Amino acid sequence: MRSTAHAFTENAKRAVEDPQLKRAMGHVRKGFIEKRAKARARLPEFEALRDAGREIKDHTLAHLDFYLEHYEKTLTAAGGRLHWCATAEEARAAILEICRQAGARTVTKGKSMIGEEIAINDHLEANGITPVETDLGEYIIQLRREPPSHIIAPAVHLTKDLVEADFRAHHKQLPEGRSLSEPAELVAEARQVLRQRYLEAEVGITGANFLVAETGSSVIVTNEGNGDLTQCLPKVHIVVASIEKLVPTLEDLNVLLRVLARSATGQEMSTYTTLSTGPRRPGDPDGPEAYHVVLLDNGRSAMIGSEFHEALRCIRCGACMNHCPVYHAIGGHAYGWVYPGPIGSVLNPGLIGIEEAHHLPNASTFCGRCESVCPMRIPLPRMMRHWREKEFERHLTPASVRTGLTLWAALARRPRLYQALTRIGSALLGRLGKRGRFESLPLAGGWTRFRDMPAPEGPTFQSLWAEQRGTPGGTSGGKR
Amino acid sequence: MSGARAAILAGIRRGLKRGALSGDARAELESRLAGPPVGPVPDRSRANHALPIDLFESMAAEVAATLERLPDSEAVPGAVARYLKANNLPAALRLAPADDLQALPWDSEPLLSVEAGPADPGDQVSVTGAFAGIAETGTLMLLSGPAGPTTLNFLPDNHIVVLRASDVVGPYEAAWERLRARNGRGSLPRTVNFITGPSRTADIEQTIQLGAHGPRRLHILLIDDRDESAS
Repeated sequence: MRSTAHAFTENAKRAVEDPQLKRAMGHVRKGFIEKRAKARARLPEFEALRDAGREIKDHTLAHLDFYLEHYEKTLTAAGGRLHWCATAEEARAAILEICRQAGARTVTKGKSMIGEEIAINDHLEANGITPVETDLGEYIIQLRREPPSHIIAPAVHLTKDLVEADFRAHHKQLPEGRSLSEPAELVAEARQVLRQRYLEAEVGITGANFLVAETGSSVIVTNEGNGDLTQCLPKVHIVVASIEKLVPTLEDLNVLLRVLARSATGQEMSTYTTLSTGPRRPGDPDGPEAYHVVLLDNGRSAMIGSEFHEALRCIRCGACMNHCPVYHAIGGHAYGWVYPGPIGSVLNPGLIGIEEAHHLPNASTFCGRCESVCPMRIPLPRMMRHWREKEFERHLTPASVRTGLTLWAALARRPRLYQALTRIGSALLGRLGKRGRFESLPLAGGWTRFRDMPAPEGPTFQSLWAEQRGTPGGTSGGKR
Repeated sequence: MSGARAAILAGIRRGLKRGALSGDARAELESRLAGPPVGPVPDRSRANHALPIDLFESMAAEVAATLERLPDSEAVPGAVARYLKANNLPAALRLAPADDLQALPWDSEPLLSVEAGPADPGDQVSVTGAFAGIAETGTLMLLSGPAGPTTLNFLPDNHIVVLRASDVVGPYEAAWERLRARNGRGSLPRTVNFITGPSRTADIEQTIQLGAHGPRRLHILLIDDRDESAS
């Protein structure tokens, strides 16, 4: 996917002014958060499972070379073929080659973020092969030629009226007068249209939520069943997965499965969890004749041992974006590359470069909700701070911000001056504000253009603090 | 792409500030693979907590699967015929080619057309067995193999699963244990399907719709064989 992350500021501006998007994003705020909270409340072991999951991922990453080699052994013993790919380009080439050898004209696809990362659909199309997305959300955005706006709910930015219009425009073979206003009717129509495509396809491509070293298996977790039809009907099954998807054993998988669906959709377990191990066996009445795993690095090995190492624990549940106030306001497209939300703000600069993605770590209020809900306890705010430091070091920050920061730093290193100036400033502003607010304020136009700036009330925090410390035992409530 | 293989492994080792593992470090990981630690197991799924079939039934109902308890496997053909009629479905089904399913008294339902094999796109109803039922989340575990075509689990609109009460376990761990007892450690069938309710999607405005691509209905026939197996 082509990145527009460098244009984040403009993207975000457009997004907050889009009333349709605002309506659609309302569903995220309500749906995902409540459902996760309920699922968590129902499982007393949830927090212990998060800790166990984090340990499993840390252990795996600390021995990733060993587990990858073991996985290669077990996968090969089961008759599968592993394709190591350092870059997106290598992965695209490997997939195209497998499709060509299978004589593929149509390829069905289950949902895969790695597929987005390597832009496999464009590559197949450019080479005369038709990729058909089968996950309902992915199918809708493929019709619209849009990227996903959420890692597990790719069409979450759309309302049903828009989907109806797309279906009417693309499904010309169906009667014009049909009723399509209800979600149930839209789902039924997509089911009917996609049925035929499953049967035509020579190759099915799926992603993987996990790879299991012990057994050489790939694991997909879905609700629709499209991933399963994608992999059990065509002659060839290709799995695209990145190196950090590995877990050592089935016991480890149990732990991660117990937190994945609950964190993502609030389900106890997703409808379909499928482990695939190699191609069809002797005596099997169905299943693919060939099974390939395209294993992608694409910058991940370079994150190992860095300050972003822990981001590789991510199991792609989407909880961080579901709980992010910035994501709620701007949706996923504004981030401009494959991974939106807090995890995207941490991963994207690592995968496409800080020069391109330097705005993203700033798309956070540092409220910390993302870290508090992350099943793998990834310290997302801390990592965004690391990226902000790198952005500053590399002079990617705008001159006005740099000057501001330099001035502030100069002041902050002189506590007496700082305190004196803030005291005067806040007293002055407090007196000037009309009814406690400013409608406009020099140097703060970016804020006051959209909302009033509250005028400071009373003394500064520093002076309150000093006063309180001066009172014996006055640390616990301040003056009321 | 052996160049990529070497580059990726070298990159990982560079990040970890060490070379390839050998000796004790390696042996330790091998032994973890052979006997991994078990993570926290939800208390609700422990067998002595309640009868696993009761928990299984209530969890399956939560995810919109339907379930009928039958006194013995002889009752399956009649229950299937009744279910098809009640749901206005044609009296025809595709049966998994498993010996125990084929040996059922299908003749007792002369109007029912029964064919065994993998699913055809036109099939509306499939009947399969299950390797296990997992009470923790009301999940069915189905295995591929000569007796278990995977297409039966996904292609037909209606999936009927015959599950023995003696095959219902508490947590996922217990299901893997059973499979390892059968297949040995580290070896799985081509496909292991964990199925928790019928197919669904919430991709349009977060409203849940059943029957996205897989079965619209999942019906479980639970055979009460506990006394037979206990004796």
